[in-house]
Amino acid sequence: MAQPPSITLHVPEGTESDGQEPSPDNERALHTSFHQLILEQSSLIEADLELELQERDRDACAVAWPEPGQDEEHPSYSSASLQILASMPSRTIGRNLGAIISQCCNRTAQLRRRSTRPPLQQLSRAARPSLRQYDLEADPTRATLEDKRRQLVKELLSLSPSQCSHMLLTMPVSLVEKRILRRQLSRQRGPLRQRAHHRAPFSPCGWSKVYVLVSQGYRLLSLLRAAQPWHYALKQIGGRFGSSVLSYFLFLKTLVVLNFFSFLILLAFVVVPQAVYPPASVSPQPFTGLELLTGAGYFTRSLLYCGYYSNVTLNDPCPSSPEGSVCPLAAPVLPYNMPLAYLFSVGVSFLVTCVLLVYSVSRSFRGNVGSSKGDLAIKVFGAWDFKVIQRHSVKLQCENICTQLKELLVELRSRSRSRSCSQRLGHCIVMLLAWLLALGSALGCALAVHYFSQHMRMEQQARGSGRWQQEALLLVLPLVVSFLNALMPHLYNLLAMWEKQDSPVTQIYVAIFRNLILKTMVLILLCYQWLNWSVICSTEECWETCVGQDLYRFMVMDFIFALLDSLFGELLWRLILEKRLKTKQRPEFDIARNVLELIYGQTLTWLGVLFSPLLPAVQMLKLLLLFYIKKTSLMQNCQSPSKPWQASRMSTIFITLLCFPFFLGAAAFLSYTIWSVQPSETCGPFRGLGTIYQSGKRWVLVLEKSNPNITWFAWVHQHLLENTSILFLMSMAVIAVIYFNIQVVRGHRRVIRLLQEQIVNDGKDRTFLIEKLHSVYKWKDR
Amino acid sequence: GRREGSGAMGGSASLIPRDLLGEYQELTFLSKQEILLAYKRFSELLPREERENACSVRVPKSHILTLPELRANPFQHRICHVFSTSETGDDSMSFEDFLDMLSVFSDSATSDIKSHYAFRIFDFDDDGTLDRKDLEQLVNCLTGQGEESRLSSAEMEQLIQNILDESDIDRDGTINMSEFQHVVSRSPDFASSFKIVL
Repeated sequence: MAQPPSITLHVPEGTESDGQEPSPDNERALHTSFHQLILEQSSLIEADLELELQERDRDACAVAWPEPGQDEEHPSYSSASLQILASMPSRTIGRNLGAIISQCCNRTAQLRRRSTRPPLQQLSRAARPSLRQYDLEADPTRATLEDKRRQLVKELLSLSPSQCSHMLLTMPVSLVEKRILRRQLSRQRGPLRQRAHHRAPFSPCGWSKVYVLVSQGYRLLSLLRAAQPWHYALKQIGGRFGSSVLSYFLFLKTLVVLNFFSFLILLAFVVVPQAVYPPASVSPQPFTGLELLTGAGYFTRSLLYCGYYSNVTLNDPCPSSPEGSVCPLAAPVLPYNMPLAYLFSVGVSFLVTCVLLVYSVSRSFRGNVGSSKGDLAIKVFGAWDFKVIQRHSVKLQCENICTQLKELLVELRSRSRSRSCSQRLGHCIVMLLAWLLALGSALGCALAVHYFSQHMRMEQQARGSGRWQQEALLLVLPLVVSFLNALMPHLYNLLAMWEKQDSPVTQIYVAIFRNLILKTMVLILLCYQWLNWSVICSTEECWETCVGQDLYRFMVMDFIFALLDSLFGELLWRLILEKRLKTKQRPEFDIARNVLELIYGQTLTWLGVLFSPLLPAVQMLKLLLLFYIKKTSLMQNCQSPSKPWQASRMSTIFITLLCFPFFLGAAAFLSYTIWSVQPSETCGPFRGLGTIYQSGKRWVLVLEKSNPNITWFAWVHQHLLENTSILFLMSMAVIAVIYFNIQVVRGHRRVIRLLQEQIVNDGKDRTFLIEKLHSVYKWKDR
Repeated sequence: GRREGSGAMGGSASLIPRDLLGEYQELTFLSKQEILLAYKRFSELLPREERENACSVRVPKSHILTLPELRANPFQHRICHVFSTSETGDDSMSFEDFLDMLSVFSDSATSDIKSHYAFRIFDFDDDGTLDRKDLEQLVNCLTGQGEESRLSSAEMEQLIQNILDESDIDRDGTINMSEFQHVVSRSPDFASSFKIVL
């Protein structure tokens, strides 16, 4: 059976150096310092001054004294037991090189033998030696640094090259040590290389050519990343305001990327072919400056709107032949089916946006699943934002952390104290009232917009046709909507202040949710209007162009109001605070409100892509201008945020919001428009058809007629795309996969709980053994 | 081998040999541009006559602490101490120590590496665990040096007790490396706040 551990007072060798200050990487120096300590103390023990030493050493914390905490509980630990405690594996891993190398060695061994479990007898591989068959002399952690290095090199050689290099990269040792290991690896691989001469001699780990190519590709990507124009601006913002405000600008950058891809696809497949073959149309109206605001006039019959695009095959060699008959010309000159291209490009750009969004959401979710237990510890360990480098901002950050910690402590104290019944009831009533007020105001705004737009339509029909008045009338509805969107969030903030939620984080969530409801209701109302053709526009235009113009106006107004918000909300407010009220306080950058504005603007773009293919370009331009304006305003007028803001979690929430209600809603709107709404008769690429989708169906029929061998394509199209039972089956499959994943996560949580209990029990074991150890030494010393 | 320059400076730029640059790229999380920028900034810390062989010279701690990225950081001394491989214990840093530091603080470093080094930085007495004294010093660094922004001793006691309750799984009164890494892995903000970019 297991032999009892042979505990003897073995002092490890290391007598060369003395009087050195122990550095955590130098194992020998550390053990030497203990050696000195033990010599010192053994003389004092003989003189029976142990208790006095404990008191003296509690003050001198420069020496690496283990367990002063336990010292207070057990004041008479002997030095020998303390020395053994100090060389426990769980302590040494944090401070000496040899232990880290041993741990890497074990990890490498595990990687290599992933399929087989090591037999229980082979305990020499364990980083934490079990008490069974434990022998202090044969302890692997007592091997010298050179031995450990040799063992690690041996393990690394047995790995595949990519795993080897990954292991080297992720080892938490210094660069000097890594270079030594690499040199040893190359020396050992050298003789092997001569034998296997087909392997390319690149580096000690014998990397294959493919891996080198892939790594070069990654280097190129990182080069691209480093060469970005906003790199320095973002660093400046992060350095002064921290990660929270930076997350707004990173979100803006994400939106620019999304719009860029949409814009590319539409440009290449829709705008450029039409620009090369312009349709024969009426000459456009003369350009006046007002078009930039209203989108009408000169822009009406231009590439900007759907109505300009032709519904025929461009560059068709046989334009006059009836449908279905064969064209006698031998070589077609690249005919281009415009309606089909339009439909497919819009579909593909939405698909690409969907893929990019889902990828972003999943990537930010991956880092964000965590339990809420351990808030205070996480807050303290992750509190310091190393990106902040300006002295004044650092001081502010210190003050903020202090305030937040104090608030958290107060909250913890009050949470432990239960609230009285009447207080809870009062709080509930206040919350209910606040929610009713918020929802009621959102509904009221939506109805107000509805009645106002109806009133504007009647006004327009009633009035004469003075062009300036017509254009001015067109702008009033977007102005009113943007004004409501800008005003209501401030009211919601005031409401939240009155409501006084428990924690500031809940306050932020509640404010975001209310703002979200308002914007969603307004957007739903506007979509309903557009689909029902109640847009204020002149009668000779087709309704698609009208809707496109309306969306363009909404986007321009949104941009103007963002400018005004920076001007009044930040600049003017700072001047008032400085000059009139004479305080040093500056306005704060309201991150949640600004991000929701960005999301709203992006939703407008997505809603309008079908009606106006160049809208992503307009949105990109708007975002670029917004970046510089917001950055300048931020630097001049604002101060660092004082409220706690979990940047990572908030970024996840925002990108999820962008994807789920807003993108999905825009996709639903688009699908409904394509499937069920009749296009106009007189203009646009779908004129004369029953629905926009019929252009696709028509193409499939043409294909079928021209080549009877591909009837399977039409069959697939009819039975898969138009059959609702397939969609039902797919959704059932997705729900099943989600349920399965939830069960797996639940199982993991259960295992984690069991392992935590086991660790607690191990800790109790350890305390018990330490007590026994101490009593053995005490008995020995007597 | 061939030498690569930082590109931004003129003819007086010191150069890294190409194979050394490749080795650094393999062994750290930094890209080639970042290494060259680090080289440029490191050699600026040296007096003019020593800039030629910046790869092998050690820079004293006082010079490193003049870098704007470290100048106002309350953990500046610990950072220099943890990353320095100086035999004499004066916390001077060579170019490779400097690269090491930038690699750990870079964008692409894994969360494991970051939490490992964060533990070493927060371990003020270098004993391999975070005991009460370490935690107290950590909180004092976080809240700053001003008198009004320190926690009272009762608040400090409550804070440390709560931290130990939440993170000390084996109940020995200290937080060791695995417990620290376990706590920090639950925080999504940790990796993004533990970053320094040149």
